[in-house]
Amino acid sequence: MAEEVILLDYWASMFGMRTRIALEEKGVKYEYREEDLSNKSSLLLEMNPIHKKIPVLIHNGKPICESIIQVQYIDEVWPHTNPILPADPFQRAQARFWSDYIDKKTGGPCKALQRETGEKQEAAKMEFIEVLKTLDSELGDKSFFGGNEFRLVDIAFIGFYSWFRTYEVVGNFSIVAEFPKLIAWAERCLKRESVAKVLPDSDKVLKSVSDYRKKILGIN
Amino acid sequence: MATGDVKLIGSWASVFVMRARIALNLKSISYEFLQETYGTKSELLLKSNPVHKKMPVLIHADKPVCESNIIVQYIDEAWSSYGPSILPSQPYDRAIARFWAAYVDDKWFIALRSILTARGEEEKKAAIAEVEERTDHLEKAFIDCSNGKPFFNGDHIGYLDIALGSFLGWWKVVELDASHILLDETKTPSLFKWAERFCNDPAVKPLMPETAKLAEFARKLFPKPEA
Repeated sequence: MAEEVILLDYWASMFGMRTRIALEEKGVKYEYREEDLSNKSSLLLEMNPIHKKIPVLIHNGKPICESIIQVQYIDEVWPHTNPILPADPFQRAQARFWSDYIDKKTGGPCKALQRETGEKQEAAKMEFIEVLKTLDSELGDKSFFGGNEFRLVDIAFIGFYSWFRTYEVVGNFSIVAEFPKLIAWAERCLKRESVAKVLPDSDKVLKSVSDYRKKILGIN
Repeated sequence: MATGDVKLIGSWASVFVMRARIALNLKSISYEFLQETYGTKSELLLKSNPVHKKMPVLIHADKPVCESNIIVQYIDEAWSSYGPSILPSQPYDRAIARFWAAYVDDKWFIALRSILTARGEEEKKAAIAEVEERTDHLEKAFIDCSNGKPFFNGDHIGYLDIALGSFLGWWKVVELDASHILLDETKTPSLFKWAERFCNDPAVKPLMPETAKLAEFARKLFPKPEA
């Protein structure tokens, strides 16, 4: 049976990257459609009427929304290659917990880091640093968040790596200096074909955010 | 049916704790319920959930599982051969159930709670309108998911029924507080009938708190500002 898989996404979205990595890990052929977030397509609005956000995965005409939900769906529909969730129920709960943690705790600070200046941005930076500290501690001496294997939490967080340089520049701090273990983890992930293929160039992300700050927010 | 060491840290009044208890009931798992004292957090809670320091925490064979929806999925998977399935069997239906459960927590509950924390009539009216709009989305979700059956999950209560249904006690309390019907028989008839079926489910009935008791607790949790 011919599978039709379409992904509505935005090139720099760390959430969209999760879904793309999962599809690549499973060797699933899909059609990538770039969305203009200032002018969302009618397909996007039809497939995600509740949140009107990317990424939206459309499998044989049926939409699946929310990136971690998409990644779990992909793992369940194509279970035979590169498992994303571990088999053990407790490990699965741990994987879901940390993906949920990343989603709950990065949203606010990452947005503010991009869009604010002064005190608000400084507060966001401190919050984000706390998140990095917690994740650094959770990673510990493991090669991946998933242990010896690249799994859900690695997929959940690796997209943020392409944004690190942007956060460093706009927030005026060094993630590379303060979190060498996380950088080493990211470099291990980048050795995987799926990650190397999906992650955008960090400088490209930085330029798009700098342009946004200059043109839309009037910040130099 | 005792199946090893199972403890649950929680409170009788918590929606999120109730989710875990309903799931344990569905699987007929006996557990030790460790009731937290209002206003303090036990050492065990802080040790078992150092990241969020919140209940519920399920401790199974000394290993903690946190976050109510994650606990429910864990219970379904750890005791998969006991009782009915809590998550739907098909990947697409699972994705839809997870989507709406996340919507309940991230959008619907936030709106419901803002009725209790609203300052002044304008804020309250706006919060009520938001809850009504979001409840309407859930009505449509119910029609889509249930496919003519009694619950979101079909013939038996499941993940999404538990996610939303656990709020029914508080839903009633907020209605009383707002003096405004928030689960309307004419506006959302499917949800209205579902609510009664859910509350009567044997896994749920012993856990749903009395409205008066919950309302009194709500007054402590959400004190009204001085006039």
